[in-house]
Amino acid sequence: MSKVLIIAEHDGAALNLSTAKCVACASELPDAEISVGVFAENGEALAAEAATLAGVSQVIRVDNAANANLLAAMLAPQITALADGYSHIFGPSTTFGKDLMPRVAALLGVNQISDVMTVLGSHSFKRPTYAGNAIVTVEAPADKTVVATVRNASYRAVAADGSAAVETTSVDAELPDHTRFVELKAGKSDRPDLQTATTVVSGGRALGSAEKFEIIYKLADAMSAGVGASRAAVDAGYVPNEMQVGQTGKIIAPDLYVAIGISGAIQHLTGIKDAGTIVAINKDADAPIFEVADIGLVGDLFSIVPELEAAISQ
Amino acid sequence: MEKILVGLKRVVDSNIRVRVKSDGSGVETEGVKMSINPFDEIALEEALRIRERGDASEVIVVSIGGTETQQQLRTGLAMGADRAIQVEIDHAADPLTCARILLALVNKENPGLVMLGKQAIDNDNNQTGQMLAALWARPQATFASAVVIEGTAVTVTREVDMGLETIEVDLPAVVTTDLRLNEPRYVKLPDIMKAKKKPLEQIPFADLDVEVATEIKETNFEPPLERQRGVIVDDVAGLVAALKDKGLL
Repeated sequence: MSKVLIIAEHDGAALNLSTAKCVACASELPDAEISVGVFAENGEALAAEAATLAGVSQVIRVDNAANANLLAAMLAPQITALADGYSHIFGPSTTFGKDLMPRVAALLGVNQISDVMTVLGSHSFKRPTYAGNAIVTVEAPADKTVVATVRNASYRAVAADGSAAVETTSVDAELPDHTRFVELKAGKSDRPDLQTATTVVSGGRALGSAEKFEIIYKLADAMSAGVGASRAAVDAGYVPNEMQVGQTGKIIAPDLYVAIGISGAIQHLTGIKDAGTIVAINKDADAPIFEVADIGLVGDLFSIVPELEAAISQ
Repeated sequence: MEKILVGLKRVVDSNIRVRVKSDGSGVETEGVKMSINPFDEIALEEALRIRERGDASEVIVVSIGGTETQQQLRTGLAMGADRAIQVEIDHAADPLTCARILLALVNKENPGLVMLGKQAIDNDNNQTGQMLAALWARPQATFASAVVIEGTAVTVTREVDMGLETIEVDLPAVVTTDLRLNEPRYVKLPDIMKAKKKPLEQIPFADLDVEVATEIKETNFEPPLERQRGVIVDDVAGLVAALKDKGLL
Protein backbone atom coordinates (compact mmCIF):
# COMPACT_ATOMS: atom_id res chain seq x y z
CA MET A 1 0.00 0.00 0.00
CA SER A 2 1.11 3.57 -0.67
CA LYS A 3 0.54 5.89 2.27
CA VAL A 4 0.85 9.39 0.90
CA LEU A 5 1.19 12.72 2.65
CA ILE A 6 0.53 15.72 0.39
CA ILE A 7 1.67 19.13 1.55
CA ALA A 8 -1.07 21.63 0.76
CA GLU A 9 -0.15 24.91 -0.89
CA HIS A 10 -2.32 27.89 0.00
CA ASP A 11 -2.33 31.64 0.51
CA GLY A 12 -3.91 31.53 3.95
CA ALA A 13 -7.44 31.89 2.56
CA ALA A 14 -7.79 29.18 -0.09
CA LEU A 15 -5.91 26.18 -1.43
CA ASN A 16 -3.84 26.57 -4.53
CA LEU A 17 -5.10 24.36 -7.36
CA SER A 18 -1.72 22.60 -7.27
CA THR A 19 -2.89 20.72 -4.18
CA ALA A 20 -5.78 19.06 -6.06
CA LYS A 21 -3.31 18.20 -8.84
CA CYS A 22 -0.99 16.52 -6.34
CA VAL A 23 -3.97 14.46 -5.17
CA ALA A 24 -4.63 13.45 -8.79
CA CYS A 25 -1.03 12.29 -9.15
CA ALA A 26 -1.00 10.46 -5.81
CA SER A 27 -4.25 8.71 -6.74
CA GLU A 28 -2.32 6.89 -9.49
CA LEU A 29 -0.08 5.16 -6.95
CA PRO A 30 -1.05 1.54 -6.25
CA ASP A 31 -3.49 1.25 -3.30
CA ALA A 32 -3.04 4.90 -2.40
CA GLU A 33 -4.26 6.13 0.96
CA ILE A 34 -3.97 9.90 0.77
CA SER A 35 -3.58 12.39 3.58
CA VAL A 36 -3.25 16.12 3.05
CA GLY A 37 -1.21 18.15 5.51
CA VAL A 38 -2.47 21.72 5.96
CA PHE A 39 0.12 23.89 7.67
CA ALA A 40 -1.23 27.36 8.34
CA GLU A 41 -1.64 30.04 10.96
CA ASN A 42 -5.31 29.17 11.20
CA GLY A 43 -6.14 26.32 8.88
CA GLU A 44 -9.79 25.70 9.69
CA ALA A 45 -11.26 26.75 6.34
CA LEU A 46 -8.27 25.39 4.40
CA ALA A 47 -8.56 21.98 6.06
CA ALA A 48 -12.29 21.92 5.33
CA GLU A 49 -11.52 22.68 1.69
CA ALA A 50 -8.84 19.97 1.53
CA ALA A 51 -11.34 17.49 3.00
CA THR A 52 -13.53 17.88 -0.08
CA LEU A 53 -10.82 16.80 -2.53
CA ALA A 54 -11.85 13.49 -4.12
CA GLY A 55 -9.62 10.61 -3.08
CA VAL A 56 -8.37 12.16 0.14
CA SER A 57 -9.03 10.02 3.22
CA GLN A 58 -7.62 12.27 5.89
CA VAL A 59 -6.66 15.91 6.42
CA ILE A 60 -4.08 16.76 9.03
CA ARG A 61 -4.35 20.33 10.22
CA VAL A 62 -1.32 21.88 11.91
CA ASP A 63 -1.88 25.42 13.12
CA ASN A 64 1.11 27.46 14.16
CA ALA A 65 1.82 31.20 14.04
CA ALA A 66 5.13 30.26 12.36
CA ASN A 67 3.14 28.88 9.41
CA ALA A 68 1.69 32.25 8.42
CA ASN A 69 4.01 32.63 5.42
CA LEU A 70 4.92 29.04 4.49
CA LEU A 71 8.69 29.41 4.85
CA ALA A 72 10.56 26.22 3.97
CA ALA A 73 12.85 26.49 6.99
CA MET A 74 9.77 26.51 9.28
CA LEU A 75 7.71 23.89 7.47
CA ALA A 76 10.38 21.27 6.79
CA PRO A 77 10.99 20.28 10.44
CA GLN A 78 7.22 20.01 11.05
CA ILE A 79 6.71 17.83 7.98
CA THR A 80 9.65 15.65 8.94
CA ALA A 81 8.14 15.19 12.40
CA LEU A 82 4.93 13.92 10.76
CA ALA A 83 6.66 11.79 8.14
CA ASP A 84 6.79 8.55 10.09
CA GLY A 85 4.53 5.89 8.59
CA TYR A 86 4.21 7.53 5.18
CA SER A 87 5.70 5.81 2.14
CA HIS A 88 5.36 8.95 -0.02
CA ILE A 89 5.48 12.69 0.65
CA PHE A 90 4.35 14.82 -2.29
CA GLY A 91 4.29 18.56 -2.88
CA PRO A 92 3.56 20.64 -5.96
CA SER A 93 6.29 21.61 -8.40
CA THR A 94 5.49 25.29 -7.90
CA THR A 95 7.94 27.73 -6.37
CA PHE A 96 6.39 26.79 -3.00
CA GLY A 97 7.05 23.07 -3.43
CA LYS A 98 10.38 23.49 -5.20
CA ASP A 99 11.63 25.55 -2.26
CA LEU A 100 10.25 23.28 0.43
CA MET A 101 10.37 19.64 -0.66
CA PRO A 102 14.15 19.22 -1.14
CA ARG A 103 14.62 20.54 2.39
CA VAL A 104 12.22 17.84 3.61
CA ALA A 105 13.98 15.19 1.51
CA ALA A 106 17.40 16.11 2.89
CA LEU A 107 16.13 15.94 6.48
CA LEU A 108 14.77 12.47 5.68
CA GLY A 109 18.08 11.47 4.04
CA VAL A 110 16.70 10.85 0.55
CA ASN A 111 17.00 12.34 -2.89
CA GLN A 112 13.87 13.89 -4.32
CA ILE A 113 12.06 13.07 -7.54
CA SER A 114 11.42 16.46 -9.14
CA ASP A 115 8.50 17.15 -11.49
CA VAL A 116 6.70 13.81 -11.62
CA MET A 117 4.75 13.69 -14.89
CA THR A 118 3.74 10.01 -14.94
CA VAL A 119 3.33 7.40 -12.21
CA LEU A 120 4.49 3.96 -13.39
CA GLY A 121 4.41 2.20 -10.02
CA SER A 122 4.85 2.88 -6.33
CA HIS A 123 8.54 3.70 -6.83
CA SER A 124 8.74 4.28 -10.56
CA PHE A 125 8.00 7.55 -12.32
CA LYS A 126 8.67 9.61 -15.41
CA ARG A 127 10.05 13.13 -15.22
CA PRO A 128 11.39 15.70 -17.70
CA THR A 129 15.06 16.70 -17.87
CA TYR A 130 17.05 19.01 -20.16
CA ALA A 131 14.21 21.52 -20.36
CA GLY A 132 11.81 18.77 -21.36
CA ASN A 133 13.98 17.56 -24.24
CA ALA A 134 14.42 14.18 -22.58
CA ILE A 135 11.93 12.24 -20.49
CA VAL A 136 13.61 9.97 -17.98
CA THR A 137 12.18 6.95 -16.19
CA VAL A 138 13.35 6.87 -12.59
CA GLU A 139 13.30 4.23 -9.85
CA ALA A 140 13.35 5.37 -6.25
CA PRO A 141 14.86 3.05 -3.62
CA ALA A 142 12.13 0.71 -2.37
CA ASP A 143 13.18 0.86 1.28
CA LYS A 144 13.04 4.64 1.67
CA THR A 145 10.41 7.37 1.74
CA VAL A 146 9.64 8.75 -1.72
CA VAL A 147 9.75 12.54 -1.65
CA ALA A 148 8.54 14.07 -4.90
CA THR A 149 7.20 17.21 -6.51
CA VAL A 150 4.32 16.93 -8.96
CA ARG A 151 4.43 18.68 -12.32
CA ASN A 152 1.28 20.79 -12.39
CA ALA A 153 0.76 20.72 -16.15
CA SER A 154 0.64 16.90 -16.21
CA TYR A 155 -2.43 16.55 -14.00
CA ARG A 156 -6.01 17.75 -13.86
CA ALA A 157 -7.28 18.77 -10.45
CA VAL A 158 -9.47 16.17 -8.74
CA ALA A 159 -13.11 17.07 -8.11
CA ALA A 160 -14.21 18.65 -4.86
CA ASP A 161 -16.91 16.14 -3.97
CA GLY A 162 -15.20 14.20 -1.18
CA SER A 163 -15.59 14.36 2.57
CA ALA A 164 -12.46 13.32 4.43
CA ALA A 165 -12.00 13.49 8.16
CA VAL A 166 -10.02 16.42 9.57
CA GLU A 167 -7.64 15.78 12.41
CA THR A 168 -6.15 18.76 14.19
CA THR A 169 -2.76 18.09 15.64
CA SER A 170 0.26 19.87 16.98
CA VAL A 171 3.75 18.96 15.97
CA ASP A 172 6.70 18.77 18.28
CA ALA A 173 9.48 20.31 16.23
CA GLU A 174 12.06 22.91 17.03
CA LEU A 175 11.56 25.86 14.67
CA PRO A 176 14.41 28.18 13.72
CA ASP A 177 14.38 31.97 14.09
CA HIS A 178 16.98 32.59 11.38
CA THR A 179 14.46 33.16 8.57
CA ARG A 180 11.99 36.05 8.55
CA PHE A 181 9.27 36.94 6.05
CA VAL A 182 9.34 40.60 5.02
CA GLU A 183 6.76 41.06 2.27
CA LEU A 184 5.10 39.64 -0.81
CA LYS A 185 4.56 41.92 -3.77
CA ALA A 186 1.88 40.17 -5.76
CA GLY A 187 0.66 41.44 -9.06
CA LYS A 188 -3.00 42.37 -8.66
CA SER A 189 -5.13 41.17 -11.48
CA ASP A 190 -8.77 40.41 -12.08
CA ARG A 191 -7.82 38.19 -14.99
CA PRO A 192 -7.84 34.40 -14.74
CA ASP A 193 -4.76 32.96 -13.05
CA LEU A 194 -2.07 32.05 -15.56
CA GLN A 195 -1.66 28.53 -14.19
CA THR A 196 -5.32 27.61 -14.16
CA ALA A 197 -6.80 29.63 -17.03
CA THR A 198 -8.33 27.58 -19.86
CA THR A 199 -7.11 30.20 -22.34
CA VAL A 200 -3.81 32.04 -22.11
CA VAL A 201 -2.61 34.87 -24.34
CA SER A 202 1.13 35.59 -24.19
CA GLY A 203 3.25 38.37 -25.63
CA GLY A 204 6.93 38.45 -26.50
CA ARG A 205 9.75 40.83 -27.19
CA ALA A 206 8.15 41.94 -30.47
CA LEU A 207 5.62 43.97 -28.45
CA GLY A 208 8.41 46.47 -27.94
CA SER A 209 7.32 48.19 -24.72
CA ALA A 210 5.13 47.95 -21.65
CA GLU A 211 2.70 50.44 -23.26
CA LYS A 212 2.38 48.41 -26.42
CA PHE A 213 1.88 45.24 -24.38
CA GLU A 214 -1.57 46.70 -23.56
CA ILE A 215 -2.98 45.19 -26.76
CA ILE A 216 -2.22 41.73 -25.32
CA TYR A 217 -4.26 42.52 -22.20
CA LYS A 218 -7.13 43.80 -24.34
CA LEU A 219 -7.20 40.65 -26.45
CA ALA A 220 -6.95 38.51 -23.33
CA ASP A 221 -9.92 40.30 -21.78
CA ALA A 222 -11.98 39.77 -24.93
CA MET A 223 -11.16 36.05 -24.65
CA SER A 224 -11.50 35.84 -20.82
CA ALA A 225 -7.91 34.64 -20.87
CA GLY A 226 -4.97 34.71 -18.50
CA VAL A 227 -1.92 36.67 -19.66
CA GLY A 228 1.61 35.33 -19.96
CA ALA A 229 4.87 36.46 -21.50
CA SER A 230 8.14 35.16 -22.86
CA ARG A 231 11.33 35.52 -20.86
CA ALA A 232 12.49 38.18 -23.33
CA ALA A 233 9.42 40.32 -22.58
CA VAL A 234 9.96 39.94 -18.83
CA ASP A 235 13.69 40.67 -19.09
CA ALA A 236 12.89 43.77 -21.14
CA GLY A 237 10.60 44.97 -18.33
CA TYR A 238 7.34 44.96 -20.29
CA VAL A 239 5.65 42.78 -17.63
CA PRO A 240 6.47 41.45 -14.13
CA ASN A 241 8.34 38.18 -13.53
CA GLU A 242 5.32 36.15 -12.40
CA MET A 243 3.99 36.26 -15.96
CA GLN A 244 6.93 34.35 -17.43
CA VAL A 245 6.04 31.12 -19.19
CA GLY A 246 8.80 28.59 -19.82
CA GLN A 247 11.46 26.35 -18.34
CA THR A 248 12.30 28.69 -15.51
CA GLY A 249 8.92 30.41 -15.33
CA LYS A 250 5.55 28.75 -15.31
CA ILE A 251 4.78 25.47 -17.06
CA ILE A 252 1.17 25.64 -18.16
CA ALA A 253 -1.39 23.50 -19.94
CA PRO A 254 -4.35 25.65 -21.04
CA ASP A 255 -6.85 24.39 -23.62
CA LEU A 256 -5.84 27.30 -25.87
CA TYR A 257 -2.50 29.11 -25.91
CA VAL A 258 -2.02 32.16 -28.12
CA ALA A 259 1.64 33.16 -28.60
CA ILE A 260 1.98 36.67 -29.99
CA GLY A 261 5.32 38.05 -31.12
CA ILE A 262 7.08 35.11 -29.46
CA SER A 263 9.78 33.42 -31.55
CA GLY A 264 9.59 30.16 -29.59
CA ALA A 265 12.92 29.51 -27.89
CA ILE A 266 13.23 25.96 -26.52
CA GLN A 267 12.98 27.34 -22.99
CA HIS A 268 9.61 28.89 -23.83
CA LEU A 269 8.26 25.84 -25.66
CA THR A 270 9.03 23.77 -22.56
CA GLY A 271 6.39 25.79 -20.75
CA ILE A 272 3.57 25.20 -23.25
CA LYS A 273 4.11 21.64 -24.53
CA ASP A 274 0.97 20.37 -22.86
CA ALA A 275 -1.36 23.08 -24.15
CA GLY A 276 -4.40 21.78 -26.04
CA THR A 277 -4.15 24.07 -29.05
CA ILE A 278 -1.30 26.48 -29.74
CA VAL A 279 -1.89 29.54 -31.92
CA ALA A 280 1.12 31.54 -33.11
CA ILE A 281 1.05 35.07 -34.48
CA ASN A 282 4.44 36.24 -35.70
CA LYS A 283 5.79 38.29 -38.57
CA ASP A 284 8.69 35.85 -39.11
CA ALA A 285 7.40 32.83 -41.01
CA ASP A 286 10.54 30.90 -40.02
CA ALA A 287 10.09 31.44 -36.27
CA PRO A 288 10.41 28.13 -34.38
CA ILE A 289 7.04 28.74 -32.71
CA PHE A 290 5.37 27.73 -36.00
CA GLU A 291 6.91 24.25 -35.73
CA VAL A 292 4.72 23.51 -32.73
CA ALA A 293 1.71 25.73 -33.46
CA ASP A 294 -1.57 24.08 -34.44
CA ILE A 295 -2.69 27.29 -36.10
CA GLY A 296 -0.25 29.89 -37.38
CA LEU A 297 -0.79 33.38 -38.75
CA VAL A 298 2.15 35.24 -40.28
CA GLY A 299 1.94 39.01 -40.16
CA ASP A 300 2.23 42.22 -38.20
CA LEU A 301 0.88 41.67 -34.71
CA PHE A 302 0.02 45.34 -34.30
CA SER A 303 -2.61 45.07 -37.02
CA ILE A 304 -3.63 41.43 -36.40
CA VAL A 305 -4.22 41.63 -32.65
CA PRO A 306 -6.70 44.55 -32.66
CA GLU A 307 -8.50 42.98 -35.61
CA LEU A 308 -8.71 39.64 -33.77
CA GLU A 309 -9.94 41.37 -30.63
CA ALA A 310 -12.65 43.15 -32.61
CA ALA A 311 -13.69 39.91 -34.33
CA ILE A 312 -13.96 38.05 -31.03
CA SER A 313 -15.77 40.89 -29.25
CA GLN A 314 -18.49 40.97 -31.91
CA MET B 1 31.95 38.23 5.99
CA GLU B 2 35.14 36.60 4.96
CA LYS B 3 34.27 33.95 2.39
CA ILE B 4 31.63 33.14 -0.17
CA LEU B 5 31.51 29.62 -1.56
CA VAL B 6 30.05 29.28 -5.07
CA GLY B 7 29.12 26.00 -6.74
CA LEU B 8 29.81 25.62 -10.46
CA LYS B 9 28.35 22.66 -12.32
CA ARG B 10 29.61 21.59 -15.73
CA VAL B 11 26.61 21.08 -18.00
CA VAL B 12 25.73 20.84 -21.67
CA ASP B 13 25.72 24.42 -22.99
CA SER B 14 22.29 26.06 -22.89
CA ASN B 15 22.33 26.71 -26.65
CA ILE B 16 22.67 23.02 -27.50
CA ARG B 17 19.53 21.12 -28.27
CA VAL B 18 20.19 17.78 -26.63
CA ARG B 19 19.34 14.49 -28.31
CA VAL B 20 18.38 11.33 -26.52
CA LYS B 21 20.64 8.37 -27.39
CA SER B 22 18.87 5.75 -29.47
CA ASP B 23 19.49 3.06 -26.84
CA GLY B 24 17.77 5.15 -24.17
CA SER B 25 20.83 5.17 -21.92
CA GLY B 26 21.07 8.93 -21.68
CA VAL B 27 21.54 12.00 -23.83
CA GLU B 28 24.26 12.61 -26.40
CA THR B 29 27.16 14.46 -24.72
CA GLU B 30 30.01 13.30 -26.97
CA GLY B 31 31.63 16.30 -28.65
CA VAL B 32 28.97 18.62 -27.25
CA LYS B 33 29.95 22.05 -25.94
CA MET B 34 30.02 22.15 -22.15
CA SER B 35 29.69 25.28 -20.01
CA ILE B 36 29.13 26.50 -16.50
CA ASN B 37 25.48 26.01 -15.58
CA PRO B 38 24.04 29.49 -16.38
CA PHE B 39 22.37 29.84 -12.98
CA ASP B 40 25.72 29.07 -11.30
CA GLU B 41 27.40 31.71 -13.43
CA ILE B 42 24.86 34.21 -12.08
CA ALA B 43 25.65 33.00 -8.54
CA LEU B 44 29.35 33.61 -9.13
CA GLU B 45 28.71 37.06 -10.62
CA GLU B 46 26.68 38.02 -7.54
CA ALA B 47 29.39 36.73 -5.20
CA LEU B 48 31.99 38.80 -7.08
CA ARG B 49 29.82 41.91 -6.82
CA ILE B 50 29.37 41.34 -3.08
CA ARG B 51 33.14 41.07 -2.72
CA GLU B 52 33.68 44.16 -4.89
CA ARG B 53 31.30 46.11 -2.65
CA GLY B 54 33.47 45.15 0.30
CA ASP B 55 30.95 42.82 1.93
CA ALA B 56 33.19 39.76 1.49
CA SER B 57 36.90 39.25 1.08
CA GLU B 58 37.22 35.95 -0.79
CA VAL B 59 35.22 34.06 -3.40
CA ILE B 60 35.88 30.33 -3.71
CA VAL B 61 34.47 28.34 -6.62
CA VAL B 62 33.76 24.64 -6.17
CA SER B 63 33.00 21.94 -8.68
CA ILE B 64 32.28 18.27 -8.19
CA GLY B 65 33.43 15.98 -10.96
CA GLY B 66 36.31 14.69 -13.07
CA THR B 67 39.34 16.54 -14.43
CA GLU B 68 37.24 18.07 -17.23
CA THR B 69 35.36 20.16 -14.68
CA GLN B 70 38.59 22.16 -14.16
CA GLN B 71 37.69 24.01 -17.38
CA GLN B 72 34.66 25.50 -15.67
CA LEU B 73 36.66 26.26 -12.52
CA ARG B 74 39.28 28.08 -14.64
CA THR B 75 36.50 30.09 -16.26
CA GLY B 76 35.24 30.94 -12.78
CA LEU B 77 38.73 32.04 -11.76
CA ALA B 78 38.96 34.13 -14.91
CA MET B 79 35.67 35.81 -14.02
CA GLY B 80 37.30 36.82 -10.76
CA ALA B 81 37.06 34.08 -8.15
CA ASP B 82 40.10 33.95 -5.85
CA ARG B 83 40.61 30.21 -5.74
CA ALA B 84 39.01 26.96 -6.79
CA ILE B 85 38.32 23.55 -5.33
CA GLN B 86 37.65 20.48 -7.44
CA VAL B 87 36.13 17.60 -5.55
CA GLU B 88 37.32 14.65 -7.61
CA ILE B 89 34.65 12.09 -8.20
CA ASP B 90 34.42 9.72 -11.15
CA HIS B 91 30.66 9.42 -11.42
CA ALA B 92 27.80 11.91 -11.54
CA ALA B 93 26.82 12.77 -7.99
CA ASP B 94 23.15 12.97 -7.00
CA PRO B 95 21.84 16.15 -5.34
CA LEU B 96 21.92 14.80 -1.78
CA THR B 97 25.50 13.57 -2.15
CA CYS B 98 26.44 16.95 -3.66
CA ALA B 99 24.82 18.69 -0.68
CA ARG B 100 26.81 16.44 1.69
CA ILE B 101 30.03 17.22 -0.19
CA LEU B 102 29.29 20.95 -0.03
CA LEU B 103 28.56 20.63 3.68
CA ALA B 104 31.97 19.00 4.20
CA LEU B 105 33.57 21.96 2.41
CA VAL B 106 31.46 24.41 4.40
CA ASN B 107 32.73 22.84 7.61
CA LYS B 108 36.28 23.23 6.32
CA GLU B 109 36.01 26.76 4.96
CA ASN B 110 33.32 28.33 7.16
CA PRO B 111 31.89 30.64 4.48
CA GLY B 112 29.38 33.34 5.40
CA LEU B 113 27.39 32.61 2.28
CA VAL B 114 27.03 29.71 -0.13
CA MET B 115 25.69 30.70 -3.52
CA LEU B 116 24.38 28.17 -6.03
CA GLY B 117 22.23 28.29 -9.13
CA LYS B 118 18.60 27.46 -8.41
CA GLN B 119 18.81 24.47 -10.73
CA ALA B 120 21.17 22.83 -13.16
CA ILE B 121 19.90 22.97 -16.71
CA ASP B 122 20.78 19.32 -17.36
CA ASN B 123 18.75 17.34 -14.84
CA ASP B 124 16.58 20.33 -13.79
CA ASN B 125 16.43 18.93 -10.25
CA ASN B 126 16.41 22.17 -8.25
CA GLN B 127 17.43 20.45 -5.00
CA THR B 128 21.06 20.88 -3.97
CA GLY B 129 20.88 24.34 -2.38
CA GLN B 130 17.83 23.53 -0.30
CA MET B 131 19.40 20.23 0.77
CA LEU B 132 22.63 21.89 1.83
CA ALA B 133 20.69 24.43 3.89
CA ALA B 134 18.76 21.60 5.57
CA LEU B 135 21.85 19.55 6.40
CA TRP B 136 23.70 22.67 7.58
CA ALA B 137 20.62 23.70 9.64
CA ARG B 138 20.92 27.18 8.14
CA PRO B 139 18.52 29.45 6.20
CA GLN B 140 17.83 29.12 2.50
CA ALA B 141 16.82 31.93 0.19
CA THR B 142 15.99 30.33 -3.13
CA PHE B 143 15.26 31.82 -6.58
CA ALA B 144 16.91 35.14 -5.70
CA SER B 145 16.45 38.19 -7.91
CA ALA B 146 18.03 40.66 -5.45
CA VAL B 147 20.54 40.10 -2.67
CA VAL B 148 21.42 42.79 -0.13
CA ILE B 149 23.93 42.08 2.64
CA GLU B 150 23.13 43.96 5.83
CA GLY B 151 25.63 43.15 8.55
CA THR B 152 24.92 39.68 9.88
CA ALA B 153 21.83 39.17 7.73
CA VAL B 154 20.96 39.16 4.07
CA THR B 155 17.73 40.43 2.52
CA VAL B 156 16.74 38.43 -0.52
CA THR B 157 13.99 39.11 -3.03
CA ARG B 158 12.70 35.84 -4.42
CA GLU B 159 10.91 35.18 -7.70
CA VAL B 160 7.84 33.19 -6.69
CA ASP B 161 4.69 32.21 -8.58
CA MET B 162 2.68 34.99 -6.93
CA GLY B 163 5.20 37.75 -7.64
CA LEU B 164 8.20 38.88 -5.60
CA GLU B 165 8.70 37.70 -2.04
CA THR B 166 11.25 39.32 0.25
CA ILE B 167 12.74 37.45 3.18
CA GLU B 168 15.51 38.28 5.61
CA VAL B 169 17.83 35.50 6.73
CA ASP B 170 20.71 35.39 9.18
CA LEU B 171 24.18 34.54 7.93
CA PRO B 172 25.59 32.07 7.25
CA ALA B 173 23.01 31.06 4.67
CA VAL B 174 22.47 29.41 1.31
CA VAL B 175 21.24 31.59 -1.56
CA THR B 176 20.16 30.09 -4.88
CA THR B 177 19.94 32.38 -7.87
CA ASP B 178 17.30 33.07 -10.49
CA LEU B 179 17.83 34.50 -13.96
CA ARG B 180 17.22 38.16 -13.35
CA LEU B 181 19.63 38.62 -10.45
CA ASN B 182 22.38 39.96 -12.69
CA GLU B 183 24.11 39.62 -16.04
CA PRO B 184 27.40 37.77 -15.66
CA ARG B 185 30.48 39.59 -16.90
CA TYR B 186 32.41 38.50 -19.95
CA VAL B 187 35.80 36.98 -19.40
CA LYS B 188 38.67 38.93 -20.98
CA LEU B 189 41.81 37.32 -22.35
CA PRO B 190 44.23 38.78 -19.74
CA ASP B 191 41.93 37.39 -17.04
CA ILE B 192 42.21 33.93 -18.54
CA MET B 193 46.01 34.20 -18.34
CA LYS B 194 45.84 35.44 -14.76
CA ALA B 195 43.44 32.65 -13.83
CA LYS B 196 46.08 30.06 -14.72
CA LYS B 197 48.14 31.24 -11.77
CA LYS B 198 45.32 31.14 -9.26
CA PRO B 199 45.19 28.19 -6.84
CA LEU B 200 43.09 25.17 -7.82
CA GLU B 201 42.96 22.55 -5.10
CA GLN B 202 41.95 18.98 -5.86
CA ILE B 203 40.30 17.04 -3.08
CA PRO B 204 39.61 13.35 -3.66
CA PHE B 205 36.01 12.55 -2.75
CA ALA B 206 37.22 9.77 -0.44
CA ASP B 207 39.11 12.32 1.69
CA LEU B 208 35.91 14.15 2.63
CA ASP B 209 34.39 11.27 4.58
CA VAL B 210 31.01 11.76 2.91
CA GLU B 211 28.45 8.99 2.73
CA VAL B 212 27.08 8.50 -0.78
CA ALA B 213 23.29 8.82 -0.79
CA THR B 214 21.08 6.17 -2.34
CA GLU B 215 20.50 7.56 -5.76
CA ILE B 216 17.34 7.61 -7.77
CA LYS B 217 18.11 5.30 -10.67
CA GLU B 218 17.58 6.62 -14.17
CA THR B 219 16.56 3.52 -16.10
CA ASN B 220 15.55 4.92 -19.47
CA PHE B 221 15.65 8.14 -21.49
CA GLU B 222 13.20 8.88 -24.28
CA PRO B 223 12.50 11.91 -26.43
CA PRO B 224 9.35 13.84 -25.56
CA LEU B 225 6.25 13.51 -27.69
CA GLU B 226 6.72 16.08 -30.41
CA ARG B 227 3.94 18.43 -31.36
CA GLN B 228 3.16 18.45 -35.04
CA ARG B 229 3.31 21.53 -37.23
CA GLY B 230 -0.26 22.60 -37.85
CA VAL B 231 -1.89 24.81 -40.47
CA ILE B 232 -1.07 28.35 -41.51
CA VAL B 233 -4.10 30.55 -42.00
CA ASP B 234 -4.08 33.61 -44.26
CA ASP B 235 -5.81 36.20 -42.15
CA VAL B 236 -7.74 36.96 -38.97
CA ALA B 237 -10.96 35.62 -40.50
CA GLY B 238 -9.20 32.32 -41.17
CA LEU B 239 -7.89 32.20 -37.61
CA VAL B 240 -11.31 32.88 -36.12
CA ALA B 241 -12.84 30.20 -38.34
CA ALA B 242 -10.17 27.67 -37.34
CA LEU B 243 -10.72 28.40 -33.65
CA LYS B 244 -14.49 28.08 -34.03
CA ASP B 245 -13.92 24.81 -35.85
CA LYS B 246 -12.11 23.45 -32.80
CA GLY B 247 -14.80 24.75 -30.46
CA LEU B 248 -12.38 27.20 -28.88
CA LEU B 249 -14.36 30.34 -29.62
